[in-house]
Amino acid sequence: MQGHSLATAAFALLSRDLRLAFRRRGEALSPILFLLMVATLFPLGLSPDPEQLAAIAPGVIWVAALLSSLLALNQMFHADLRDGTLEQLIISPWPLPVMALVKVLAHWIISGLPLTVVAPVLGLGYGLDGATVKIMFWSLLLGTPTLSFIGAIGVALSVGLHRGGMFLALLVLPLFVPVLIFATAGISASAEGFAVGSHLYLLGALLALAVSTAPFAIAAGLRISIS
Amino acid sequence: MNKLTLWFHKLGSPEYFYRFAGRWAPWAGWSFALLTVIGLYLGMFKAPPDYQQGESYRIIFIHVPSAWMSMFIYVAMSAAGFVGLVWRIKVAEIMAMASAPIGAAFTLVTLVTGAFWGKPMWGAYWVWDARLTSELILLFIYLGIIGLYQAIEDRRTAARAASLLALVGLVNIPIIHFSVEWWTTLHQGSTVNLMGESSMHPSMLWPLLIMAVATKLYYVMNVLQRARNMILELESNKSWAKTVLQPAEASR
Amino acid sequence: MLRVESLSFQRGQVPILEKVSLELEAGEVLMVRGENGCGKTTLIRLLAGLIPAQPDFKVFLDDQPYHPQQVQTRLQFMYLGHALGIKDELTCLENLEFIARFLGGRSDISPLGSLQSCGLDGYQYTQARRLSAGQRKRLSLARFLLCPARIWLLDEPYSNLDAEGLTLVDRLLQKHINEGGGALITSHGTFIPQVTNHREMILEVA
Repeated sequence: MQGHSLATAAFALLSRDLRLAFRRRGEALSPILFLLMVATLFPLGLSPDPEQLAAIAPGVIWVAALLSSLLALNQMFHADLRDGTLEQLIISPWPLPVMALVKVLAHWIISGLPLTVVAPVLGLGYGLDGATVKIMFWSLLLGTPTLSFIGAIGVALSVGLHRGGMFLALLVLPLFVPVLIFATAGISASAEGFAVGSHLYLLGALLALAVSTAPFAIAAGLRISIS
Repeated sequence: MNKLTLWFHKLGSPEYFYRFAGRWAPWAGWSFALLTVIGLYLGMFKAPPDYQQGESYRIIFIHVPSAWMSMFIYVAMSAAGFVGLVWRIKVAEIMAMASAPIGAAFTLVTLVTGAFWGKPMWGAYWVWDARLTSELILLFIYLGIIGLYQAIEDRRTAARAASLLALVGLVNIPIIHFSVEWWTTLHQGSTVNLMGESSMHPSMLWPLLIMAVATKLYYVMNVLQRARNMILELESNKSWAKTVLQPAEASR
Repeated sequence: MLRVESLSFQRGQVPILEKVSLELEAGEVLMVRGENGCGKTTLIRLLAGLIPAQPDFKVFLDDQPYHPQQVQTRLQFMYLGHALGIKDELTCLENLEFIARFLGGRSDISPLGSLQSCGLDGYQYTQARRLSAGQRKRLSLARFLLCPARIWLLDEPYSNLDAEGLTLVDRLLQKHINEGGGALITSHGTFIPQVTNHREMILEVA
């Protein structure tokens, strides 16, 4: 057995998932398009008044980002379940929580990272100042991986279901609440000129909790769903 | 093995649990009825009106115990779910899933009575208060658990999946509560403090405590009855369940 | 090397397996035959660890209790299910290269070599979704050449294959048992594996 180590296996899985996403790039881009559309509709529905837009920007952009990452979640384990690679992953010799961590990481690189880059640009369009846009970027960088981890638990539990998509929203949206609150509060605080450290620390704490516990829940969920 | 662990092992057998639940559910039911009559009588007629809120405060004798139960049942459900997941005990899975609808019902009662109370107090049925909002999110989590349990076909797989979701929720609920509290203090200043710092007068406190015990007994009665039905359904091809369902035919 | 002692399994109310016993020796192919719905797939999935075992799970690997979720156990077997475990968007070669890197391949055969042994020479740069059903099966079987597992669990390996494909499966099985491995395979048909050492057992509907 050559190069038979956990790190090799994890890296092989990561690069396979990224390559797959590249082959299906149209599908991978749709959450970003969704974000852009929603963020465009809000000014049309409310008013083009710059002051009002700047006031709602953190909430609107974060809620749009959150829904778009929910949309992206649907792609996470479904194809793997259909083509049998999920079964092969579960019975592989590697610890399933580690493999789940890798899957979530790959999913975040595909969906969360572009979101983190694009959403702050939308913030500029909503008239937020440079410092606030920077905080928005940090809040997304710390917050979207947490969403991916929590979301993956929901996907793992509902992956075999027929109407999994609608269901997923009910399972995971309540759990998204803390991320949404800390992130938008941080951006608002920055816009009003207050310190934002505590908000970002809390987002970081949530991420640390998610990284260290969610993989176990995802692994357990997958085992339950596959049986 | 000492007596207590032995008893727990016996309780894990569906047949024994079915008999056990059948014996105790009526007791819980009757004591619930008795305590509710006493508690509501004391609360509605004997306790004095509040010097600030007049008569409308009396809804707390339902509202507050329900709110306590909404959280108590969640913890009980998660504990049962944990036992079911780790040791794969059928009865524990059933207890967890039998608890979920009761917990959701208490959460709904809390929200509705809160709205009735909010109207005279705050002038609105709904305000984005920290407690109300986290209670609403708790209801969503309950609905997610019930929904997941209903959506999966195999009953045991469904119970395991929903129990896992309950445990994930258990970790998240304190965080959600904390974040929502933080959010309201940021957005609207400190909200009305429902219970106040001052201690309650005994004439109000006693009915409240009695109602708190009564709602727990209601939960015990309801969860045991539900669990009995679910066990019969799950085990309906076992000989003991056939005897229960059709005593005459089985003995023939 | 693999021994199953009166294994029962039920899903909800429905008994799927009723006291199934079998023994798989090293160097033999055990064909489990039975009509649709007799629990062949469940048996294989139970042994692969895809379905959690029920309390009375009595399976032994080399006379040691068998825990399908332990790393040491999982290194010993490979599984072929109804879903083939290949990615449509990857080329044949990429699929096998992933398997080799993920599970740690054998040193005596390369992904390309295993592809050629399975009659897919010339398809290495073709995406798997362009393959026919039989060719996809061959690609999935090529995985088995790549990895050093002692026990093969194959669910319906002969379905979807042409005459040449059938002899391919026989060839793979023969090579495996020559190397001292064992294979548990299922079939609902009447096909008889053309290998030197093979036994059959009939699985009745529970």
